[in-house]
Amino acid sequence: MSETMPQAPQKKLVISDKVMIEMKDVHKWYGQFHVLKNINLTVKQGERIVLCGPSGSGKSTTIRCINRLEEHQQGQIIVDGTELTSDVKNIEMIRREVGMVFQHFNLFPHLTVLENCVLAPIWVRKMPRKEAEELGMHYLKRVKIPEQAKKYPGQLSGGQQQRVAIARSLCMKPKIMLFDEPTSALDPEMVKEVLDTMVSLAEDGMTMMCVTHEMGFAKLVSNRVIFMDRGEIIEQNNPHDFFDHPQNERTKLFLSQILHH
Amino acid sequence: METKTTFTPHPELPPPANTVGAVGWLRANLFSSPANSLLTLFALYLLWLLLPPALEWLLFKATWSGTTRADCAPGGACWVFIKMRFGQFMYGFFPEPERWRVNLAWILAVLGILPLLGKRNPLRLPAAVFMLFVYPLIAFVLFSGGFGLAPVETSQWGGLMLTLVIAVVGIAGALPGGILLALGRRSKMPVIKTICVTFIEFWRGVPLITVLFMSSVMLPLFLPEGMSFDKLLRALIGVILFQSAYMAEVVRGGLQAIPKGQYEAADALGLSYPKAMGLVILPQALKLVIPGIVNTLIALFKDTSLVIIIGLFDLLNSIHAATVDPNWLGMSTEGYVFAALMFWLFCFGMSQYSQWLERRLHTGHKR
Ligand SMILES: Nc1ncnc2c1ncn2[C@@H]1O[C@H](COP(=O)(O)OP(=O)(O)OP(=O)(O)O)[C@@H](O)[C@H]1O
Ligand SMILES: [Mg+2]
Repeated sequence: MSETMPQAPQKKLVISDKVMIEMKDVHKWYGQFHVLKNINLTVKQGERIVLCGPSGSGKSTTIRCINRLEEHQQGQIIVDGTELTSDVKNIEMIRREVGMVFQHFNLFPHLTVLENCVLAPIWVRKMPRKEAEELGMHYLKRVKIPEQAKKYPGQLSGGQQQRVAIARSLCMKPKIMLFDEPTSALDPEMVKEVLDTMVSLAEDGMTMMCVTHEMGFAKLVSNRVIFMDRGEIIEQNNPHDFFDHPQNERTKLFLSQILHH
Repeated sequence: METKTTFTPHPELPPPANTVGAVGWLRANLFSSPANSLLTLFALYLLWLLLPPALEWLLFKATWSGTTRADCAPGGACWVFIKMRFGQFMYGFFPEPERWRVNLAWILAVLGILPLLGKRNPLRLPAAVFMLFVYPLIAFVLFSGGFGLAPVETSQWGGLMLTLVIAVVGIAGALPGGILLALGRRSKMPVIKTICVTFIEFWRGVPLITVLFMSSVMLPLFLPEGMSFDKLLRALIGVILFQSAYMAEVVRGGLQAIPKGQYEAADALGLSYPKAMGLVILPQALKLVIPGIVNTLIALFKDTSLVIIIGLFDLLNSIHAATVDPNWLGMSTEGYVFAALMFWLFCFGMSQYSQWLERRLHTGHKR
């Protein structure tokens, strides 16, 4: 694990008082199955939150509710001051401000890397193509693969694809970035390059919510670790106390399982 | 054990003689196993039986020059028949002095389509706009008259021209129609979904002949007295509705093959539904089902010949009509061979185009 551990952030990380995401008493069901139970969560601007927990505990569902890839049935979710309702215009507005990176990258295979990046700025933000391409190249440089701009996603390695996916999200200049296990589909030697990219995002003050099993990353970058089990938030704390002095029995069990590997 | 300390590359050797060249090809493709050798010999025997008489009839003993039935020599095809009736086969009863209009329409179509074939071509966009919005109007005026051109009734249209009109209009209507129906069938809105499912299942359930027959015989019964609309137009609508239903199912197959992650990534970027479909999902889905789409288009092209049932004179019906002409009795073999050749040329062309398109759209290995 220590090999893949990225460098500690250099800059002082600031968390402002502005609330970016607020989940109040959120419940969600899949049919009869109660996936999310009374989720309450407030995320402030500049926070870097890591969500962890056993498989099936509802981590993905939680962050997918934030940009309405999943619909919650009870409670309130307010993102950047706008409440998520079934109003399509509201949903699209929130999605413009919230970037998302998936476990399986989900790049568009029929478009080149640069076209992947400029698609949303051009069609959603109505940016002129030239300006969008400059922006796209800027973020591709940032994730350190400008030379791949003209290639198709199918021609890149997994780590490169995930960095393109991050660049694609950044091109929308989102206020919040959501990551759903961004490194779990990658070979070990590519995990670092993706984590490094995420660390540098954190250094720039991006508000981030990240589902991950990379505990090294959680310790270094996050300011809060949230532990979920069976659809509930069981415990949340700063990484230091979370890892060294877990309070709940289930958290202790979970940590002993993943750390003694 | 001895270890090499210096690296000397192994010299490059030519491949064994019996794996390359003509001998190698024969071994690999025709005689790779005893069973294959037997099949090859059998195929050669069949060709030896069939090819000489066919070529004799088609070419060597055929009559090429002359003007009447009397010039035809026995034992071979009489292509004089095709030559003398060529105008009718191409244009039907389109008045002879006006036939340049049909030719002009086809030339314009070719000129409009050519720039669309290049990959990155500055003329692509104007050509596409021209073909989509301007060309249909020009072609309509050229065919039916107006703006100083003598009017030509649709009942005078015929031959290959009519076949192509039905096929092109059918394709231009069925492709977008099918896409919309396929999207509708996958819609989350129950009303839209039900309408699309009902529509597709209804039109797929009836034979095209019935549709054409109803459009020409039954529909007028329901229309108010004195109101009639063009027989060709009715046939075109029938063809479009019928083929849209088939196309919808082909396109739906493509939509289902697109991973959920693609929809989610498009949504997560804030793309609206039409943009997500038009920019992300459909380009991939349609590319996947090019073989199925072309299959349907080829079937559509050949099914145009069913308009014979409502008395339109398409290519096949024009040829049929010529073979029953007392002056040219006994020419049906020549006629139908010619019809088959024309249909095959167009269908083969579509097939080749689709394969070229698939190669061009290939963007590296799959996810
Ligand atoms: N579309 C769905 N329909 C029904 N049940 C679902 C659906 N998606 C997820 N679930 C169930 O909801 C529960 C929570 O799923 P979720 O994907 O949020 O878990 P997770 O914490 O992200 O797990 P993992 O670590 O395996 O990704 C699981 O038990 C899962 O089986
Ligand atoms: Mg998950």
